[in-house]
Amino acid sequence: MKETLISLREVTKTYGSGQAAFQALKGVSFDIAEGEFVAVMGPSGSGKSTVMNILGCLDVPTSGEYLFLGEHVELLNRDERALLRRHCLGFVFQGFNLLARTTALENVELPLLYRGLPLAERHAQAKAALALVGLTGWEHHTPAELSGGQQQRVAIARAIVTRPALLLADEPTGNLDSERSAEIMQLLTGLNQEHGITVLMVTHEPDMAAYASRTLRFVDGLIGHDTAYVGAD
Amino acid sequence: MLWNALLLALREIRRNLMRASLTVLGIIIGVAAVITMVTLGNGATALITAQVASLGSNLVIVRPGQRMSPGQPAGWAPAFKEEDMQAILEAVHAVREVAGIAQRGSTVAWMTESTFTPIVGSTPSYLEVGNWKIAEGRFFNDSEQRAGRALCVLGDTVKKALFSGSSPIGEKIRTRGVSCEVIGVLAPKGQSAMGQDQDDIVLMPLKAYQRRIAGRRSRQDVGTLLLSVRDGLSTERVVRDVSALMRERRGIAPNENDNFSVFDTRQISDALSSTTRVLTALLGAVAAVSLLVGGIGIMNIMLVSVTERTREIGTRLAIGALEREVLLQFLVEAVALSAFGGLVGIALALVASFGLTSAMGLPFVLDFQIMLLAFAVSAGIGVLFGFVPARRAARLDPIEALRHE
Ligand SMILES: Nc1ncnc2c1ncn2[C@@H]1O[C@H](COP(=O)(O)OP(=O)(O)OP(=O)(O)O)[C@@H](O)[C@H]1O
Ligand SMILES: [Mg+2]
Repeated sequence: MKETLISLREVTKTYGSGQAAFQALKGVSFDIAEGEFVAVMGPSGSGKSTVMNILGCLDVPTSGEYLFLGEHVELLNRDERALLRRHCLGFVFQGFNLLARTTALENVELPLLYRGLPLAERHAQAKAALALVGLTGWEHHTPAELSGGQQQRVAIARAIVTRPALLLADEPTGNLDSERSAEIMQLLTGLNQEHGITVLMVTHEPDMAAYASRTLRFVDGLIGHDTAYVGAD
Repeated sequence: MLWNALLLALREIRRNLMRASLTVLGIIIGVAAVITMVTLGNGATALITAQVASLGSNLVIVRPGQRMSPGQPAGWAPAFKEEDMQAILEAVHAVREVAGIAQRGSTVAWMTESTFTPIVGSTPSYLEVGNWKIAEGRFFNDSEQRAGRALCVLGDTVKKALFSGSSPIGEKIRTRGVSCEVIGVLAPKGQSAMGQDQDDIVLMPLKAYQRRIAGRRSRQDVGTLLLSVRDGLSTERVVRDVSALMRERRGIAPNENDNFSVFDTRQISDALSSTTRVLTALLGAVAAVSLLVGGIGIMNIMLVSVTERTREIGTRLAIGALEREVLLQFLVEAVALSAFGGLVGIALALVASFGLTSAMGLPFVLDFQIMLLAFAVSAGIGVLFGFVPARRAARLDPIEALRHE
């Protein structure tokens, strides 16, 4: 049995307060083991992004526990969460969020810069990450000079260049056509299987979810269905 | 960490070079203005000091009435007599020579030319005490002075006005019905510290002046006494001794104020340069306001930049940048901008103040302290006005920032 990477215990999240208060998560519990490739699905507004933000240490739960490799994340302060993101997490955003007018190489180097790596190592690792996503030869192009699929691959390279324990992707193919989406999914599958990176991905499309080994379905702030229990025999 | 921040900041500035240059324009102008003003002021001070020195060093001036500088009205006070000169020379050992002068403005004429100029009656010692040089001919001597002969020595300006080119030696000029032989011409001295043309002058023996030029009532009078102090001896001491002596000679009771004044050239120079220093400080302060405006310009652009780059900041925070790293990045960016502006401003100030001082005929006195100060202030402005935008960037909520359009 693989080690448990993350576990949520009765996590709730309430936005706003008083009359305007809205409970986006109503008590969510699940575990994810190292090496899993999990798809998160569910209707719009069901709390998928909310749970991703909490898992990504960008946000804190209103109540409940979040353990990352046994550590209570809900007790960490802002800087400690930033360091956890820096050292253990990788993000791929729907909108890519690459730095404009900055080359692919510099974009991928950014997380290494915050880790304080020397220039030569930064270059080497960033180049290797770009090679891994199939962008050798595009290092010195700025996002404006790259296609959507290429931009998303740069974003993935930036997310995995630090060899994170967990890769979080919120609708990574939301802006791409089906062909580009398939490329990205193959890339994520490869990273998961060959490099052992745990992947958690939000998607609306069953085609994309089919690449994952497990699907979590959110309904109205709760987990409606988890294939980990259904599919196991 | 600082090195990284600097790297990021420089990258950011390079990405937006046009905006960066416009932003620092305010700082450039401010720094350049401050340094230029101070350099001009220092030049003026240096010029005045030099001009006062041209009065002659180790000079003590004794005047009737209580006044220090020209322009202040003097209450009536008895004039000095020639005996006073002798008395000072005998009683105050530190005094090497005493020159007595008396003057009055008058028209002088030669052939068809004429000019209005101060006629100064003086003793021969005035040549040395007044720091004059003879350019042509000679000065009158003691026996000529005692005999009261009608001899004249012309200042350069008067010579040019009356004799345009030709030599005046031996010619007779007329003033107040007196015909006076020109025996010499003074070497030019230029403007005085008060802006008077020192070369607009005609010198003649004091006796001749008293008899023929001065009015009936001031036949015996000497207007001003100029004392030259022996080298290496304190002029302050002389001022004190001469004051005491003159109080005694003029019969001033201990509870009465002086009815004359004694001062040395250093006092004049101090009074004048303190005036220019005040002016310099004033101009510098006005220029400093533009530095402040430049700082506000930097804050404005940095605030715009933070809003514009909200998504970028969100990305950095999501990747794992600490609050203080983002703060430092923006702060370093602001400081790099303003410090660069400071450097360009200093370069501009050097060019401008060199051009202006040479156009205004002032000496070019470089003050490295003010340059260092201006640079430090401009960098400080970067910290001061960069802090608010930087803190705003650092405190952003990463989720909000990422969602920002
Ligand atoms: N910052 C916020 N303030 C208030 N309400 C919020 C905030 N963020 C999310 N919500 C609400 O919480 C609920 C869940 O939002 P969430 O973004 O998690 O949905 P989602 O499942 O990601 O939807 P989608 O598929 O459209 O991205 C929504 O009803 C949303 O309106
Ligand atoms: Mg969402």
